[in-house]
Amino acid sequence: MKFALLIRLDEAAQAAEAKAKGVEHPPVSPAYAAYAQAAVEAGVMRGGQRLRPSSTATTVRVRDGQTHVLDGPYAEAKEQLGGVFLIEAATLEEAVQWAAKCPGAATGALEVRAVWE
Amino acid sequence: MQYMLMIYSDQSRIQAMAPEDGQKMMAAFNAYTESLKAAGAYVGGDRLQPTSTGATVRVRDGQTQVLDGPYADTKEQLGGYYLIEAADLDEAVKWAARCPGAAVGTLEVRPVWAM
Amino acid sequence: MTPAHTAAAQAARSGYGKLLAYLAAQTRDLAEAEDALADAFAKALDAWPRTGVPASPEAWLLTAARNRWLDGLRRKRVRSDARDHLTLALDEAQAQAETHHDIPDQRLRLIFACAHPAIAPPARAPMILQTVLGFDAKAIASAFLVAPAAMAQRLVRAKAKIRDAGIPFAIPERADLAERLDAALDAVYTVFTRGWGDPLGADPESRGLAEEAIWLGRLIAQVLPDEPEPKGLLALMLHAHARRAARRDLGGRFVPLDAQDVSLWDRPMLHEAEALIHQAAAAGRPARFQLEAAIQSAHAARAFTGQADWAAVVILYDGLVAMTGSVVAAINRAVALSRSEGPAQGLAALDAVAEDPRLADYQPYWAARADLLARTGDKAAAAAAYDRAIGLEFDPALRDFLQERRAGLG
Repeated sequence: MKFALLIRLDEAAQAAEAKAKGVEHPPVSPAYAAYAQAAVEAGVMRGGQRLRPSSTATTVRVRDGQTHVLDGPYAEAKEQLGGVFLIEAATLEEAVQWAAKCPGAATGALEVRAVWE
Repeated sequence: MQYMLMIYSDQSRIQAMAPEDGQKMMAAFNAYTESLKAAGAYVGGDRLQPTSTGATVRVRDGQTQVLDGPYADTKEQLGGYYLIEAADLDEAVKWAARCPGAAVGTLEVRPVWAM
Repeated sequence: MTPAHTAAAQAARSGYGKLLAYLAAQTRDLAEAEDALADAFAKALDAWPRTGVPASPEAWLLTAARNRWLDGLRRKRVRSDARDHLTLALDEAQAQAETHHDIPDQRLRLIFACAHPAIAPPARAPMILQTVLGFDAKAIASAFLVAPAAMAQRLVRAKAKIRDAGIPFAIPERADLAERLDAALDAVYTVFTRGWGDPLGADPESRGLAEEAIWLGRLIAQVLPDEPEPKGLLALMLHAHARRAARRDLGGRFVPLDAQDVSLWDRPMLHEAEALIHQAAAAGRPARFQLEAAIQSAHAARAFTGQADWAAVVILYDGLVAMTGSVVAAINRAVALSRSEGPAQGLAALDAVAEDPRLADYQPYWAARADLLARTGDKAAAAAAYDRAIGLEFDPALRDFLQERRAGLG
């Protein structure tokens, strides 16, 4: 089965880190790189995306045939979806194991969701 | 540039749909996916199973906490996403507005960092 | 809101575009004029519920805006020559308003400034919506499917361009009029077409973009009575708008043009459109909007004769394609041809433009193709084309309609 690991991050902390390093966005940390590499070598990595911060988000709704376009993310919250890993796992438990190893679990939270195939 | 179109919707409403409405919605999503592909905008996408089938994981002070269900208990939940290639935000917003999910839920459009 | 508040708000809004046009034309600084007026309106909404709406609300607002502007000039230490020029302009505006108890309507000049060829085309219609009609940037962003921050940027840039490039607030001289008028009419038509997404007028925020565009069209046609194209545009919009009530059934479902109940079409509006087409034709200078209006007129013939005049529609589209080279016109021509000559002929005409790369995400092409393929009995190809059309559609009601058609292929 394929699972999505949805990474919720504290964006303020991330922005502070970027600022401290004087970069637009922090490069992939060694811990993340190592994690992703481990998942690749275990043969479970199926893909992933790193999202830009929610300040770059735009939301779109269509109601009564009318489209509404708004600045900002779907919901204002301290922690925002910051990225996704897709992994192959036999069970939810196995997917949770991989989620727990992800560096994001130590600073934010990972939501594990099965993917329809 | 690549953009993620995240689809938030009330999953209880979708689960409560009459079968023919559900099929119609699926067909609309399939048509949308095909149009993205035909326009060369489709990069990827996934449809997530309901939050009740998932779990949320945190590690604090070396302790792993696993909770049933989604990260936050909100009325609408992330139900899936598309990853698309678009020239700019305006083009990405146009694709988002065409997504059948925008008519029942909300689409969040966000650029992704190049890997 | 108290009745006094509502009255104040109404008096204020009805004068917005006129006041802004006047202030901007005098000073050539649209952004500053907007700020000064916004402040004046805020003062009015505060004062009028207590003091009552003044005898001349426009003069009151103009005075407040002028005072605020002059204060700002003093504070910002603007160069003295520039300040003198502005002070003079504002004083003149003030004197005019006081002596005549009215200010000249210069909204058409504002339209020409907003739709100037030096302004980026995607900013023109939004500029008109914001300045002449007083829509806020958020509502405009949604109407144009653009992120609000991006729309705000677009508007700010256009205003800076008007100021820095010295774009005049003037009705163009005869030599330039044709080109400049095309740009202005095009922007007004864009406003009109953005209003189609809300056929039931369900969204109070959208405040009837179609009606606002018709109002703008009337304004231009009145101020330039010798020009045929403004009449053509107005007739085109009135024809389309006359069918508004017939475009959705009682259940809110989409009804295509040839299935619409003609008794729901607005007859007085159709007659007005027809009269305008005839007046415009008398000038003997046919152009795009007059042709498009004539096409709508041929469709409207169904209300009077029982059937649309498809042969006439084809000929008119021939003219439009020759004049504009528009692929959209070519697609519509193919559809019309299928009605007068048969689906195979229509399909062949569609094939002639099929290579155009812009069609990959142009929904009407796929909807037309699907319909013609279905009529020729090619169910598999029709289903594939319907899928493309469904996937590219924005409006849920139209998406439902296309899905039903596809399901009906069997």
